Amino acid sequence: MVTKENDKITVENLNCFYSGKQVLKNLNLTVEKNEILSIIGPSNSGKTSFLRTLNRMNDMNVNFSREGNIYLDKENIFDMNPEKLRTRVGMLFAMPIPLPMSIYDNIAYAPRVLGLKNRKNMDEVVEQSLKDAYLWDEVKDRLNASAIKMSGGQQQRLCIARILAIEPEVILFDEPCSGLDPISTAKVEEAMLKLKQKYTIVLVTNNVKQASRVGTRTAFFLMGELVEVDTTKKIFVSPQNKKTEDYITGRFG
Amino acid sequence: MNFNLNPNLSQKIAYTFLAMATIIVIVPVLTVIFIIVKNGWSALSWEFLTTMPTDGMRAGGILPAIIGTLAIVSCAICITLPIGVCAAIYLNEYAKDNLLTRIIKLAIVNLAGVPSVVYGLFGLGVFVMLLDFGVSIIAGALTLSIMELPVIITTARGALNSVPYQFREASWSLGVSKWQTIRRVVLPNALPGIMTGAILSISRISGETAPILFTAAAFYVPHLPQSPFDQVMALPYHLYIISTQIPNMPKNIIFGTALVLLLMVLSMSLIAIIARIYFRKIRKW
Repeated sequence: MVTKENDKITVENLNCFYSGKQVLKNLNLTVEKNEILSIIGPSNSGKTSFLRTLNRMNDMNVNFSREGNIYLDKENIFDMNPEKLRTRVGMLFAMPIPLPMSIYDNIAYAPRVLGLKNRKNMDEVVEQSLKDAYLWDEVKDRLNASAIKMSGGQQQRLCIARILAIEPEVILFDEPCSGLDPISTAKVEEAMLKLKQKYTIVLVTNNVKQASRVGTRTAFFLMGELVEVDTTKKIFVSPQNKKTEDYITGRFG
Repeated sequence: MNFNLNPNLSQKIAYTFLAMATIIVIVPVLTVIFIIVKNGWSALSWEFLTTMPTDGMRAGGILPAIIGTLAIVSCAICITLPIGVCAAIYLNEYAKDNLLTRIIKLAIVNLAGVPSVVYGLFGLGVFVMLLDFGVSIIAGALTLSIMELPVIITTARGALNSVPYQFREASWSLGVSKWQTIRRVVLPNALPGIMTGAILSISRISGETAPILFTAAAFYVPHLPQSPFDQVMALPYHLYIISTQIPNMPKNIIFGTALVLLLMVLSMSLIAIIARIYFRKIRKW
């Protein structure tokens, strides 16, 4: 394993299978500190499988198996306690999933379970997380209202705030805007760009334009293989691979 | 085109048949309730509910039978509910889908179909004789709880399944362990369903006769139960005795006893229905 000082995540010869069917082929990739690595590619290209391997959510699926290793700060994530790993690598799902409780309790849920007992500290954590997710002003007067009744865009930002409350190092975004309107999308993207200063972000998106707007670097996946990864500018201006060019110009996918 | 069959006519025939099937379902229920209320109403009184039977059961009240049934049923549900819910959680949330799990699930389904008198004999063999509890509240309660376990497990699994899988994923993704997720997210949201199932189970086992016949029920006990190892009178068995074993039994006492049993069971079902409506209203998703 060769890791540079600036590497946050190093993926080494990763192969993943669902029920024996290979979904990721011999993947080698690094994610650098404080960057947004966007991953683009058509459906079925293994983007989401890759993301769910990074925080070991795939462990919950009995049909899943993998070969190869992933290092977070030089530590093999498959040797770590999966719960511990997930507090360091947070994940935002495609559909916002607020838990069926109040806005406040949604944010306070994980810190409470993981051991932050103090009520005063909790108030601060909730306020700061909501502010960082650009949601505080919209909900500060109704923190005890049910989170289920919020709009889709607000719910997704609530889910971001919920992740921020556990202060992870890496945040995985799995097509976070696929169900959102352009204005809500802009707000989520704004939050992402701000979060980059503090966190390392991996963004899976079906929206090529979104990758070009927020990605520091962009990776192109096709049929479970990494075709190309480079700075976003290079990928969009002068891609090395013909397939990448075809995809981002909309010739297929 | 010239069709021979009139679509309106066939529609009417179908409608009539379907409506009649529905009426056939409710007529016997209403008739049973009507006959029992009509014949038993005159026996109902505060005294009937709170005094001991006298004159060889031909007069007085049915207090010991009511107390006995309440004692057996409450013991049974206290045993079966925690075990059943824990088993349901294990099967639903933890168990891997392998041969053993499938055998267990199949066994549960089949256990639910075993005739209740077989459970009664099992209870007699194991709790009354082998474990030497004697004919007692505890032996009857254990027998009833074994009989009700498959039902509790099945309804509890249904309730757990109705909690969306995404809630679990959202919780896991925040570094919360499986057990904490179950405790903080899954169980609170499954609780209404589990409780409704439990209440319906209570109403079902209150009326069971066969399982307590050999394990708990006595023909006549002159005092109220003092400990879980006492024999007791129980409403369904008492009803059986006074309707078949005692000559010259006043009819209104028989129907009055049936009415009390019916009211107990129906009120449980009513509570379950009200609880379900209430929980559906406050459900947050």
